[in-house]
Amino acid sequence: MDRKLRCQDSGFWGCLAAVTEVLGCIEVTGCCVIEEERRVRANAREYNEKFQYASNCIKTSKYNIVTFLPVNLFEQFQEVANTYFLFLLILQLIPQISSLSWFTTIVPLVLVLTITAVKDATDDYFRHKSDNQVNNRQSQVLIGGVLRQEQWMNVRVGDIIKLENNQFVAADLLLLSSSEPHGLCYIETAELDGETNMKVRQAIPVTAELGDTSQLACFDGEVICEPPNNKLDKFGGTLYWKDNKYPLSNQNMLLRGCVLRNTEWCFGLVIFAGPDTKLMQNSGRTKFKRTSIDRLMNTLVLWIFGFLVCMGVILAIGNAIWEHEVGVCFQIYLPWDEGVHSAFFSGFLSFWSYIIILNTVVPISLYVSVEVIRLGHSYFINWDKKMYCAKRRTPAEARTTTLNEELGQVEYIFSDKTGTLTQNIMVFSKCSVNGHSYGDVQDMLGHKAELGERPEPVDFSFNPLADPRFQFWDPSLLEAVKLGDLHVHEFFRLLSLCHTVMSEEKSEGELLYKAQSPDEGALVTAARNFGFVFRSRTPKTITVQELGQAITYQLLAILDFNNIRKRMSVIVRSPEGKIRLYCKGADTILLERLHPLNQELTSITTDHLNEYAGEGLRTLVLAYRDLEESYYKDWSERLHRAGSVPEAREDHLARLYDEVEHDMMLLGATAIEDKLQQGVPETIAILTLANIKIWVLTGDKQETAVNIGYSCKMLTDDMTEVFVVTGHTVLEVREELRKAREKMMDASRSVCNGFSYQEKLSSNLTSVLEAIAGEYALVINGHSLAHALEADMEVEFLETACACKAVICCRVTPLQKAQVVELVKKYKKAVTLAIGDGANDVSMIKTAHIGVGISGQEGIQAVLASDYSFSQFKFLQRLLLVHGRWSYLRMCKFLCYFFYKNFAFTMVHFWFGFFCGFSAQTVYDQYFITLYNIVYTSLPVLAMGVFDQDVPEQRSMEYPKLYEPGQLNLLFNKREFFICIAQGIYTSILMFFIPYGVFADATRDDGAQLADYQSFAVTVATSLVIVVSVQIGLDTGFWTAINHFFIWGSLAAYFTILFTMHSDGLFRMFPNQFRFVGNAQNTLAQPTVWLTIALTAVVCIVPVVAFRFLKLDLKPELSDTVRYTQLVRKKQKTQHRCMRHAGRAGSRRSGYAFSHQEGFGELIMSGKNMRLSSLALSSFAPRPSASWIDTLRKKKGGEGSSAGSPSGAADKTLRV
Amino acid sequence: HSTSEIIILKAAEFKKTKIDYTGTEPSSPCNKCLNVSWDSTPPCTCTINFTLEHAFESNVFMYYGLSNFYQNHRRYVKSRDDSQLNGDNSSLLNPSKECEPYRTNEDKPIAPCGAIANSMFNDTLELYRIDNDTRTPITLIKKGIAWWTDKNVKFRNPTGDGNNLTALFQGTTKPVNWPKPVYMLDSEPDNNGFINEDFIVWMRTAALPTFRKLYRLIERKNNFQPTLQAGKYSLDIAYNYPVHSFDGRKRMILSTISWMGGKNPFLGIAYITVGSICFFLGVVLLFIHHKYGNRNTSADIPN
Repeated sequence: MDRKLRCQDSGFWGCLAAVTEVLGCIEVTGCCVIEEERRVRANAREYNEKFQYASNCIKTSKYNIVTFLPVNLFEQFQEVANTYFLFLLILQLIPQISSLSWFTTIVPLVLVLTITAVKDATDDYFRHKSDNQVNNRQSQVLIGGVLRQEQWMNVRVGDIIKLENNQFVAADLLLLSSSEPHGLCYIETAELDGETNMKVRQAIPVTAELGDTSQLACFDGEVICEPPNNKLDKFGGTLYWKDNKYPLSNQNMLLRGCVLRNTEWCFGLVIFAGPDTKLMQNSGRTKFKRTSIDRLMNTLVLWIFGFLVCMGVILAIGNAIWEHEVGVCFQIYLPWDEGVHSAFFSGFLSFWSYIIILNTVVPISLYVSVEVIRLGHSYFINWDKKMYCAKRRTPAEARTTTLNEELGQVEYIFSDKTGTLTQNIMVFSKCSVNGHSYGDVQDMLGHKAELGERPEPVDFSFNPLADPRFQFWDPSLLEAVKLGDLHVHEFFRLLSLCHTVMSEEKSEGELLYKAQSPDEGALVTAARNFGFVFRSRTPKTITVQELGQAITYQLLAILDFNNIRKRMSVIVRSPEGKIRLYCKGADTILLERLHPLNQELTSITTDHLNEYAGEGLRTLVLAYRDLEESYYKDWSERLHRAGSVPEAREDHLARLYDEVEHDMMLLGATAIEDKLQQGVPETIAILTLANIKIWVLTGDKQETAVNIGYSCKMLTDDMTEVFVVTGHTVLEVREELRKAREKMMDASRSVCNGFSYQEKLSSNLTSVLEAIAGEYALVINGHSLAHALEADMEVEFLETACACKAVICCRVTPLQKAQVVELVKKYKKAVTLAIGDGANDVSMIKTAHIGVGISGQEGIQAVLASDYSFSQFKFLQRLLLVHGRWSYLRMCKFLCYFFYKNFAFTMVHFWFGFFCGFSAQTVYDQYFITLYNIVYTSLPVLAMGVFDQDVPEQRSMEYPKLYEPGQLNLLFNKREFFICIAQGIYTSILMFFIPYGVFADATRDDGAQLADYQSFAVTVATSLVIVVSVQIGLDTGFWTAINHFFIWGSLAAYFTILFTMHSDGLFRMFPNQFRFVGNAQNTLAQPTVWLTIALTAVVCIVPVVAFRFLKLDLKPELSDTVRYTQLVRKKQKTQHRCMRHAGRAGSRRSGYAFSHQEGFGELIMSGKNMRLSSLALSSFAPRPSASWIDTLRKKKGGEGSSAGSPSGAADKTLRV
Repeated sequence: HSTSEIIILKAAEFKKTKIDYTGTEPSSPCNKCLNVSWDSTPPCTCTINFTLEHAFESNVFMYYGLSNFYQNHRRYVKSRDDSQLNGDNSSLLNPSKECEPYRTNEDKPIAPCGAIANSMFNDTLELYRIDNDTRTPITLIKKGIAWWTDKNVKFRNPTGDGNNLTALFQGTTKPVNWPKPVYMLDSEPDNNGFINEDFIVWMRTAALPTFRKLYRLIERKNNFQPTLQAGKYSLDIAYNYPVHSFDGRKRMILSTISWMGGKNPFLGIAYITVGSICFFLGVVLLFIHHKYGNRNTSADIPN
């Protein structure tokens, strides 16, 4: 509305501008030279305008009001089918060959074009809407020294804009300064690469000082940098300012799509805007996906077209011969047309005439009907309440409406792990302290409780700082804390000290942890709830509230985590002055570094670890070591020295770390549950039964991925072997793959004997590997995958992988994900489905035949790139086994019927050609030809295509094998196509020759001839409509009211229209258009005609019925059997059985499961990431009275080890 | 089965006689007329004698039949102007282009235009009963042979002042092949012009190249005598319609009909055949179902 108002204010040109604004961006297409480098000067719009950089306005829409009609029509006529019909229309306008009125083609054509145009228009409307929404987001732009609110689309390259916390970055910015010290700022890049952890960006030191607007307004630096590109992790440029050069890297950039976190504000200089941003450069035009049925359909349409030409040629030759033999002599009654002087030329014209009348074998309505059916199926998916996630309030959404039937043919699923299989929520689930395991869920009687019947969680209300979201089910652990078990206290002390978590305390007691990985967050939160609250840290101290008492530890060193060490340690000095090293790490590493005294405890703990790992939990071992003051001094000096030597610094450090992390005392172990999404193991089990192979492609570590593989039952202990490929070189990888294959073959050799094996080996790798006995799994690492995906090894890799039941690829890049999918697509000719939630899955989602995005999470990139989206992995089984299967079934039945009915309809002309001098005379009335496909027979088959089902949904879940026909493409393929064609031709023969036989010699009951052309036309048309209606009735497996309505309605419509078209009234108005006047009532009143129609119908239908009956008896499909069983069951009213629960046995698996980055320890120790406020917090005294701990201590008789009064805690606090 | 039996029984009651009078055989009396042309005057006449073995009890229908005559040819079918035939005055003087090349003649519009009208069958057939060398003409009724809707709705003479057809067709010319204009087809005004029933019957084009069209009706006079007694008859033909050039044949057919039309053996045979096949099939399928049909139980379902 306000736009309209503005229109009135600013006159015509203003109005035009406003309109253009509404329509979309004003496109700047000035420079035709490819940009080689980009020069941007801050605060200089005039200067930057010279280069005509793209503005920050994005445009994903295709049309505007003016261009819609021409552009859309142009696009539509690029479709072969539409052009073909246009060509037909032109043919029909030539009177010599026009065998049909022009409207027989133009009515369906216009209908098709209109429906498509309406659909395109709606789609584009929504694109406009989302464009407008993004373009009209507000941002603060520094113009003329003042911050002004501007819409995103008005931001120009060279502007300085201010971002605030939690805002989206509007364009690709060079970070100039921020609220944080050292010009640091934190961003979340979930939209870009799917990683949810925070990343640090830093301004270059010279600009970091420009804190306020007046300084920034004077900033006139010039950036010369690379041209726009799509590399997310690279940026190269130089800043020229005050005669100095400063190199710029990706570390200084904030990319569009990121979100600013934990940073109050920051300023940035716009380098790339709008379409030039890395985000937009990455979101290339979505490839238009086609289903295999689509491709088959196109091939078949081409074949039909060839068939049409053949028929045309046959009939044209017939015409030439006829005109030569008979027509020449018949000229006394029927002279040749003007300009036709030879039989040959007449034949040529007749070819085109026949192309026109036989064109209905390639029905234009096919494409529209297919679209409509798919749209219907998409709505079924959108409306499915069983795929609605109430928690996240997200329904399933079919974002692409053209792929539904392919959902019924999926053979490979490529799944992301984090956020897809797992919730990316780590839960502190169990722990083992000093040989005692805690965390089992117990029922009232103290037995291990089954899942689902959980008692009340442990009450943490005694602790005012507890995180209310934390839940723990075993009360004995809290008892142990309260009773003052020293081991337990030390255990939690370690958890509260040994980490790199940052805390934020907005208000008193409201703690917020910012963990780099969710594992650490879970551990620190667990400690917090059990009374060891990590409150704050400075570079040199850590303040922990231990059971109500604030204690500040001096942080001496952080021995940071890395991939090789698989552990991290901290060295702290307690208020008492004792120096202690706390270490946590992978069990394999840590158990070797324990003091020999721990042997007994180690064996108990190992048992516990095995038990945890068997449940798919991620385990960590905790240990400590007391350090002598003198030893520490010596060690830290050496550390300091090593740190200052630049060469081989890492090695030196590693050696020193190694030295100190020794002879440790075992404290216990933790087990963290990487929470799976609901129903993941069940879903995977069912999908596996449906013969779908599931590959997990994850950026996560091998250990984590394997762990998840076990917990979601992809990997089981029953498997013969799990191959792990981790080679770093081509040769290693090749060797490992070869070994894996050999092992599998060895096993199968024992099954099939050596002779055939040798033969097979020489013939084909594939056939051997397909006959593998036993279950194998393959785990491959990212760097190995890079080699395995090389051109000369990819087939080897693929064959090995496909021989395995489960494949897990870890540490893969988004590009590799896409490559793996591409590989399977290329060699396996199978339908692939990729499912993921993050931006790192986008490439895979786009590559696979079907991309599924998990919605309702933070990032929406995956959803935007996906074809289907829903919020839970478990909905996948419903999507595939129910919706996909039905869609495929319906589409196949639809296509079979559709080709059948059109052949039955059209081929009658062919037979008639032999009796009408090959003159391209139609059998039917032209209105019948026009309406047959769009009125008389369209709706029943559409209803079947939309609603049909062979077995109810519960059964398709219950019998996953029902999914197989789709994978094998059994329901519609070339063979099925020929069967329907044959049936159609058979019908057309009867349709013509039975009336021919009857009419040849028949008269009406009033003595007049029966065999006049118009009566014949009506008889054939009526029997055709009746036969195809009966046929659709036979094909419909699931009758809804709509099916009834459409079938009976179509018949009714046929007769109504027939009588209307043959009525006196219409004839009186247009005598030349409605020549069939009086025909319907005269013909259909004849008993002979009805006897003919009945005979035709019976002869057409009986063989079909007999064939189906025989097939049902002799070779029933699984679905038939299921349906039959269903019937029997309904009679018996028995309950169906439950799905079995797979039991599991434990095995030893463990891993240091942090999704952790190296280097945070250093950052903490340097204090760079500490805010002034948090530094001040170190002197922050806890509340003077911690009454709860006093009461607790009184109860327990003061046996707590942490002595001292609450007020004393403040005195002990170390100041920096 | 009962339907098909009825059809057969009924078919057996039918009486039908067919006489080919094309005259291609040299022995045929019409052989002399074989190469007749449209404008031969006086018309070539010939007489064919024939004998009816059985009497025709009920009303008899007299047809002419043509073979190898492509009334269903596309160019032929469309070569008419229904608007003109419906009495539209503007179409009368300006016929549709579809009528080409029979649209105008010597710059005058043709009424009725088009190839269908132009090729109208114009042999005259007369039937005599020969009883002891006396020829008794048999009354042939020429009205009531066209569909009611055709006669009353589809075909109408042009309207104007008065009922003088000659005046109403003023400005038009006769079809090229016709000996006389359309308003002189018959003496009776309600059977003249476009609503002449012979013309209407001809204009209802046949679906197949061999067809017959109703020519005349012979009504049963009283209840004591059959319509046509068994015995000798002669058919007098005014042979105007050339068919020899395109190997056409001409026939005269006499037939009786029942409630479901004329003699139609095809339908009966087809019903009997299809009926027996269905029965046989039913038995076989029942047998197969009995033997194999109970195999599929839930035990078969693999999982």
